[in-house]
Amino acid sequence: MLLRLVLQRAAFAVLTLFAVSALIFIGTELLPGDVATAILGQQATPETVAAIRRDLGLDRPPLERYLNWITAFAHGDFGRSLANGLPIVQLVSGRLQNTLILACTAALIAVPLSIALGLYAALRRERLADHAISAITLLLVSVPEFLIGYALMLGLAVQLGWFPALSLLREGDSLLAWARALVLPVLTLTAVTLAHTMRLTRTAIVSVLSAEYIRMAEIKGIGPARIIVRHALPNALSPILSIVMLTLAYLVVGVVVVESVFNYSGMGKLMVDAVTARDLPLVQACGLIFSVVYIIGNFLSDFLGILANPRLRHPK
Amino acid sequence: MKSRWFAAICGGFIVLVVLAAILAPFIAPYGETALAADPWEKWTLAHPLGTDNLGRDMLTRLLFGTRNTVLVAFGATLASFVVGVTLAFLAAVFSGWIDQLLSRGVDILMSIPTLIMALVVLSVMGTSIPVLICVMAALDSTRVFRLARALAVDVMALDFVETARLRGEGFWWFLRREILPNVMPSLLAEFGLRFSFAALFLSSLSFLGLGIRPPHADLGGMVKENAAAIGFGIAAPLLPALMIGLITVAVNALVDWQLRRSAQPVRRA
Repeated sequence: MLLRLVLQRAAFAVLTLFAVSALIFIGTELLPGDVATAILGQQATPETVAAIRRDLGLDRPPLERYLNWITAFAHGDFGRSLANGLPIVQLVSGRLQNTLILACTAALIAVPLSIALGLYAALRRERLADHAISAITLLLVSVPEFLIGYALMLGLAVQLGWFPALSLLREGDSLLAWARALVLPVLTLTAVTLAHTMRLTRTAIVSVLSAEYIRMAEIKGIGPARIIVRHALPNALSPILSIVMLTLAYLVVGVVVVESVFNYSGMGKLMVDAVTARDLPLVQACGLIFSVVYIIGNFLSDFLGILANPRLRHPK
Repeated sequence: MKSRWFAAICGGFIVLVVLAAILAPFIAPYGETALAADPWEKWTLAHPLGTDNLGRDMLTRLLFGTRNTVLVAFGATLASFVVGVTLAFLAAVFSGWIDQLLSRGVDILMSIPTLIMALVVLSVMGTSIPVLICVMAALDSTRVFRLARALAVDVMALDFVETARLRGEGFWWFLRREILPNVMPSLLAEFGLRFSFAALFLSSLSFLGLGIRPPHADLGGMVKENAAAIGFGIAAPLLPALMIGLITVAVNALVDWQLRRSAQPVRRA
């Protein structure tokens, strides 16, 4: 039962990966305006376009090109950027690391904090603390990321001068300079994800606490601490784990806007610049990397959720 | 009682936003792209909210930005509902393989991060308003499909629908007489929420330089244009950002209030 569910999810994740890669491929290769005309721009004549198409292998049938592209990708060969001719692997590797540092730091702060706040709000539900937390998080969810980012920048960087306004990472900077540059983007990402995760955690715990077996435990006279640890937490663990993984998957995409606000040189900024320059191979590579991380995050969220669910682990 | 006053304030604000969107060309003190003064002037009587990075009147830009953002977001939401709801009702009424095909397709589309997919498509198609609306509508229609299908399947399982099925009624009859009247309130609430997400999404795209093209005003694009002002301690980019925030908060709060009100038992006079 358990194994079958997990295998089902894994199969769906693999299928999705193929579908996404095919969509990205179709999106960038078959829609009007292909790579050859993008390279040549204004000087495109039918002859030069045909020559470049032959050079790049664009005159091959689409299915063959897709299979070549996806096998090369699986072997770590992402092709070359149109804008500067550099191998995309070289462009991506450092950026990916920067983005992972940013997202992981934000996750390390946001996840424990939001679970603690969610638990607190759920235990004090319908009281002042709960309403206050709910109002603040509703506000944080509804405003765009860049409003939070620029407000923090204006207050903490420009007015108070505590942190650099733009997070420019340079080779040879000290560790402290790196840490200071990271503070504002991390704070912004934390604020956005904190609100999402906290609201979901609160809902998950409230729904568990209103279950009949919790009522039963209360009637039996078990203390509140024991109810939470022995009865509520094992059942709430599965939704909470899913929420945590969803947060991580969200972070991967949330970085795109935050990196642009603070000029942080990560994957998100790289992809936005590539889209602006219409550097299609680079857009494809970035899009696929983002999607792979997101889909793996979603799969892990399902997987851990199934593992943590006591009803699925001990079927009747 | 307090929540009712808050809802009234939000509703009033939304009416103002709609009026601003419609009337912007008539009430704006300057032209949309007219250079009126020096960049980033202080707030004066001539320029109540100062000027932007090129010296255009901020109030005028805000009015036009609200207009463009609201209209495009509204168009995209409307299109996503037409597509999503039609497909969802087809899936619910015919079930079987049509339902399987549509539902699995939507499952796959929903497991792709929307912003990433939008960036990929926009890099190829370029950004024009029709392309923007189509891309946003296509990505959003999957979410609408999920909800509308769930609602419609519930309706189709009711006894009086079973009777109609036995009578041999067709698709349009089910749509008009059974499904639509029963799911309309939930769909309207969802429309509000999806609209505010669409406005946020469009602003993010414009902020990244991939939404509505300059020189047209757009709330997200205005944040980007004026971003450098932050370095001088001028809050110019926060005004359009705040405007987006206010619109989404107002719509969310109003939908929330409406849902909670309709969840309470109806008191008859």
